[in-house]
Amino acid sequence: MTTTAKPAQFKVLGSTPVRQDGVDKVTGRAQYGADIRLPGMLSGAVLRSPHAHARIKSIDTRAAEAYPGVRAVATARDLPDLESKVADLGEGSVNLRYQSSNLLARDKVLYFGHALAAVAAVNAHVAEAAAALIQVDYEILPPVLDVRQAMRPDAPILLEELRTDELGQKGEQPTNIAAHYLDETGDLEQGFREADLIVEREFTTAMVHQGYIEPHSATALVTADGQVTIWCSTQGAFGVREQTAEILRLPASKIRVIPMEIGGGFGGKIGVYLEPLAVLLSRKSGHRPVKLTMSRREVLAATGPTSGSSIKVKMGANRAGQITAAQATLIYEAGAYPGSPVGSAMGVIFAPYRLRNARVEGYDVVVNKPRTAAYRAPGGTNAAFASETVVDELAERLGLDPLAFRLQNGVQEGDRRVNGVAYKRIGLLEVLRAAQGSAHYQAPLAGPYRGRGVAAGYWGNYGGKSSASASVNADGTVSLLEGSVDIGGSRTALAMQLAETLGLPTESIRATVADTDAVGDTEGTYGSRTTFATGWAVYEVGQQLKAKLCERAARLWGVPADQVQYADGSFASGEQHLTLAELAAQLDRLGGPVVASAAVQPKNYGPGFAAHIVDVEVDPETGKVQVLRYTAVQDAGKAVYPNYVASQMQGGAAQGIGWALNEEYVYDAQGRLLNANWLDYRMPVSLDLPMIDTLIVEVPNPGHPFGVRGVGEVPIVPPAAAVANAIYRAVGVRMTELPMAPGRLVAALQAG
Amino acid sequence: MIHVQTTLNGEPVEFLCEPRQSLLEVLRETLGLTGAKEGCNNGNCGACNVLLDGALVNACLVLAGEVQGRTLTTIEGIAPAGGLHPLQRQFLEHAALQCGFCTPGFIVAAKALLDCTPQPTELEVRQWLAGNLCRCTGYDRIVRAVLAAAEEAQA
Ligand code: FES
Ligand code: FES
Repeated sequence: MTTTAKPAQFKVLGSTPVRQDGVDKVTGRAQYGADIRLPGMLSGAVLRSPHAHARIKSIDTRAAEAYPGVRAVATARDLPDLESKVADLGEGSVNLRYQSSNLLARDKVLYFGHALAAVAAVNAHVAEAAAALIQVDYEILPPVLDVRQAMRPDAPILLEELRTDELGQKGEQPTNIAAHYLDETGDLEQGFREADLIVEREFTTAMVHQGYIEPHSATALVTADGQVTIWCSTQGAFGVREQTAEILRLPASKIRVIPMEIGGGFGGKIGVYLEPLAVLLSRKSGHRPVKLTMSRREVLAATGPTSGSSIKVKMGANRAGQITAAQATLIYEAGAYPGSPVGSAMGVIFAPYRLRNARVEGYDVVVNKPRTAAYRAPGGTNAAFASETVVDELAERLGLDPLAFRLQNGVQEGDRRVNGVAYKRIGLLEVLRAAQGSAHYQAPLAGPYRGRGVAAGYWGNYGGKSSASASVNADGTVSLLEGSVDIGGSRTALAMQLAETLGLPTESIRATVADTDAVGDTEGTYGSRTTFATGWAVYEVGQQLKAKLCERAARLWGVPADQVQYADGSFASGEQHLTLAELAAQLDRLGGPVVASAAVQPKNYGPGFAAHIVDVEVDPETGKVQVLRYTAVQDAGKAVYPNYVASQMQGGAAQGIGWALNEEYVYDAQGRLLNANWLDYRMPVSLDLPMIDTLIVEVPNPGHPFGVRGVGEVPIVPPAAAVANAIYRAVGVRMTELPMAPGRLVAALQAG
Repeated sequence: MIHVQTTLNGEPVEFLCEPRQSLLEVLRETLGLTGAKEGCNNGNCGACNVLLDGALVNACLVLAGEVQGRTLTTIEGIAPAGGLHPLQRQFLEHAALQCGFCTPGFIVAAKALLDCTPQPTELEVRQWLAGNLCRCTGYDRIVRAVLAAAEEAQA
């Protein structure tokens, strides 16, 4: 169901054609990362650390090299020594020297699963057997597994050269605190003095993984002239090219990255893990293609996760229901190297509310766990879990409806965020009103141990670089080449935007994801940016095509180009008419092919807001929480491809429910990951979830030709808080720890 | 090496394999059928689902040597000649996939369900598919697609 702030004037946008890559994906034909097979291809394996923190005294690879069937072995000695240099990965930046050490450990291993060496052999079994023969001599060091422990002055130090970035100034002492940030506005003390009610709580959340079903896979071929080709499963081919070039000190022009289909990423397939290793191995094995594919265990132990966190929130409100002050301290695990999403979490934490007095502090802290990567609205779920449960408690103790309380304090155009930035046109209030009016919120909920919770969420979204090009075919159809990897229907959402621009049906456009040599630089499919930014590039391409085609029609008719009108696939000038197909068939006589390309870097990405409603039933004996009903409401700007917008909302909600109730990394005291498989790292299955209803609100983004806002990320922000609030309403306990797994809930029920 | 003769998607097939090789590895690496996916290689995700004598199995948990003389159907053998299976069509109509990596496994698993339970309830669909992980969709559209395919077959 869709509610629109302004009547839609579109012909194609908002329709639901079958996706263009659909048949390949339902018949098993689509080729994902590990599906590639090249002549003479070798397979690889990676040796990983069994220790969470250790100095590497020596690595002896001779036995592996001598093992029959082995063609190459690589260690950190094969990687160039890099200066510290920061590369932008879209949803977070990364220091390249750290990234290089993350690919293959140099002097220390910093987490269980940290890669040490890679082997290429005639098949993966041989490579694994050979990797097991590599002798590593370690000096084992005490691990640091908790941010509070890591921040203590006497904590073991992970990175000797690390100094705190203290509000922009570098500290002097070795530390595990990589950075300390602060945003503030107004007078916090005064704000709390004005409050009639103050709620203060502390929260902890566990490290969790993106959980994409496809393990990482990369294949590389280095030919004798030094040309590198990489086939991989990635969210962004250009990002792989850039990172590989920097880490291996190769000119980017020597590297061509061909993105395969991708089996999910959620932020975890932006940074490289395998690609540079495959390049090293191909080079060392006499220029044979080498494929490296991770096992599920490797994926969980050594890629992805997002930060566990420790968050303190204090908020005050007056009896009239106005929030008078808000304060938060967020401490996020960065994993082994700096770069947690605490900065974006600070942007999320009070974003839905008008605050005159607020202070938000963040700490980025290294611990002996995998280097964290972006995960869908990075940092947002943890932050909203904390703030949105405190908001719920304020509303409840003031005797106010939780959605009405949010509406009363909700931000709109012109309101300023804690960091001072003013909102442009946003749709929070429309979203909250739609949630209030939803069939779900209006329906009664009865029965023991049942409760209904709501929460709001914000995500800033992103723009970035995108490119596209197109050519008109002789039959009047258009071939579109674009640089955004398609993780969930984006080829079609882009084809639809070109179709809308040209006034053609979607079927007249065929979209292809191009490799790095075939299209202009395009940032990855992340930051909820693809339909927005690549869509904008596609719109520009369409405008150019229209102008060029009008010129050709003018040439045919011998009139000035400005006397040709184009609409819905037909040209007209005075009495003369011509369809695009008729014109396209004559292009060879009218000046040759018509092609166009465009590159954009739009800044006006409109933030997205969501509100989720959930009903749960708690089993008081076992602590199991069953989700009975779920509704996700969200402002999509303009929902270009509504089925897939709704699917993003449903998928984000499902991931958030898993985060809320089950998912967590479990480490032993030595820092060994105990649950690196899906039986023990439990993600939601079909039986755990109800249908997930969606309500798409459309408040057009004034910064986009079609009003598009990003939609992919914000749906993971509210779920954990919404479920916690529902649990409170069901059984009267405020859960402050994620996941709210059965054991924790039983303990909380017994304590409270 | 073991010499294996089997019927694969309706055609006789022979291959050689090592005793340690899984059916999934042989399908993907030896026979070039990459429609069955490896998500976990230990029976937790269903991305590798195939039918063995009509029964749903995780190909990562079956040794290739075990399929001697048996009949296999993979995602590549689900569609009738020149068309799509109702499940495939309904997955497309319902937008029941995002990345599509789990899709072959879901379609094979759902086919096994409809073969034995032509008119399943929503709960039966959810129970049957609980061995298949999808991280993208939240299952809503997958469950609806399976129910719609069941209805289509009945019509
Ligand atoms: S790969 Fe076989 S069940 Fe996951
Ligand atoms: S569609 Fe991506 S895992 Fe199911």
